[in-house]
Amino acid sequence: MSQLDFSTTLGNAWFPTPIFTASGCASSGKELAQFFDLRDMGAIVTKSIMSKPRAGRATPRMAETPSGMLNSIGLQGPGIDAFLANDLAWLVEQKARIIVSIAGETAEEFASLARRLRGVAGISALEVNISCPNVENRGMVFACHLESAQNVIEGVRRTIGGDLPIIAKLSPDVTDIVSIARGVVDAGADGLALINTVLGMVINPNTMRPHLGGRTGGLSGPAIRPIAVRAIFQVHEALPKVPILGMGGVSSGADAFELIMAGASGVSVGTASFGNPTAIVKIQNELRQILKDKGFTSLREAIGFAHRPESSVR
Amino acid sequence: MVGLAMAGINRSAAQLLATIVGNKKVGQYHQILISVGELVSQCKPGNFVAISVGGPNSKMVLRRAFAISRTTTSPQFGGAIELIVAPHGNGSTWLCGLAEGEQIDITLPLGTAFGIPTTNVNALLVGGGYGSAPLFGLAEVLKERGCRVDMLLGASTAAKIYAPLEGKRSVNSLRIFTEDGSMGETGRITAPIPQLVSELQIDVIYSCGPMAMLKAISEILSGGDVVHQCAVEEAMACGIGICMTCVLPVKDPSGKISNLRSCIDGPVMDGASIQWDLVGKTVVL
Repeated sequence: MSQLDFSTTLGNAWFPTPIFTASGCASSGKELAQFFDLRDMGAIVTKSIMSKPRAGRATPRMAETPSGMLNSIGLQGPGIDAFLANDLAWLVEQKARIIVSIAGETAEEFASLARRLRGVAGISALEVNISCPNVENRGMVFACHLESAQNVIEGVRRTIGGDLPIIAKLSPDVTDIVSIARGVVDAGADGLALINTVLGMVINPNTMRPHLGGRTGGLSGPAIRPIAVRAIFQVHEALPKVPILGMGGVSSGADAFELIMAGASGVSVGTASFGNPTAIVKIQNELRQILKDKGFTSLREAIGFAHRPESSVR
Repeated sequence: MVGLAMAGINRSAAQLLATIVGNKKVGQYHQILISVGELVSQCKPGNFVAISVGGPNSKMVLRRAFAISRTTTSPQFGGAIELIVAPHGNGSTWLCGLAEGEQIDITLPLGTAFGIPTTNVNALLVGGGYGSAPLFGLAEVLKERGCRVDMLLGASTAAKIYAPLEGKRSVNSLRIFTEDGSMGETGRITAPIPQLVSELQIDVIYSCGPMAMLKAISEILSGGDVVHQCAVEEAMACGIGICMTCVLPVKDPSGKISNLRSCIDGPVMDGASIQWDLVGKTVVL
């Protein structure tokens, strides 16, 4: 039995496995560390951090939906100072591989966050979350507007310099995700995170009003997986050299394999960890087995496999 | 079973496949017994368990959180936890439909526990609906410490009162209130509290039940010396601190208000620190 090379890269960052947490679904790692060793996965993608502490949106913040859920957290977090002093320091101490996710209200805030993270040891890559749907102002969803998305990425690129890979997180709630993807890559993104949650709403039949405190929320879970597969497939087809961190409803190794075949170099697990704290370990083991069973000798060979002509199908 | 205890959050918690060893209907509730082996010694009154529901092909993707009402050990099935479950939604109805011998994926023990005094104090336990469930286990622990334990149970109607016979042995007095008068005294459970606090020289109130009840008790005790340890109920997606959905506004000793997760900073919280008027509102930092 031949060995499987399970490693992957996002820009110049190397990871021993292609399975990651999804930002906003693992806090800053301490909670999941009770259930598995964080070093066993590709990397932890932290909850998107902002400049200042943020309380987030009003409760209720959650509604379970068929094969999914809506969340309306609103980027609650400790702010960059406390994050660096506590959360990041702890993760570095654990020797976990770390992708720090940042979010801002303005392009300047993103750039100033990048400035704070520049030169901080132990970070593998930066995720630039320009697509959080849970903000008061839809104008803050930079990824819905090509120019605003490019502004943010340009600013971060200029500040952070050339070494640390920048991964732009995009929203599927756009008419043409390929044009946004192309735009942020032109602006300096090394990779893309696809997809953020899909904007949704649940109306409570008892109160007869929107259930969530923030009225709208982001839909995640298996319900959105086909949207993720489609978005990844379209973007990989247009930009085959740009690494994609895929996410959206992955809860099994077969699901992760599907995103990889669509063109993802790595796969983030989010909502599945809510339902199962060891989902990441399970998905990782299942994916490794599937790749071996299909006769792959490396993960790399499987990336974007669905795009290849019929004759190459195993 | 896993459990690495690296970060200190839920450090006794583990995830395991556990066997149902009892499922008995008691009024409108189900008394469900789950075998958990030695983990039982880590489960304290107030802790909860998060259960995967619906089976492997379920469209329900989130765990359901239930308070551990009691722990027990028998030669037959070893250590076991007891849950009192009302078959309200799809998840709890599925759980109540399981037969003895079936296995479920559970994570426990989670969250904070009721603080147990080191001296023998006078404790009043207040339970609304099946919120009374964890209070019976707590009553036993408090009695062992030499505390005086009085209990109030309330619900809208008799069928929603959970008061097992054996539980009554562990309290000095038990009064039951129903809003429709179908059992015990008529009226709200909170009505007798001010009088009881002074008559019985209550030092601490332990409460569990609907948020409106917990808020009302906090308001009654406001400004006084009685400690209020309440087990809160907020909608949770994960139960382990990663989803940030179950937050409550809480004031710290320095006066700073922040949204704390009721799954890891709770469910047992200091009622005087919770900013009840800000629940469901946007907190400004």
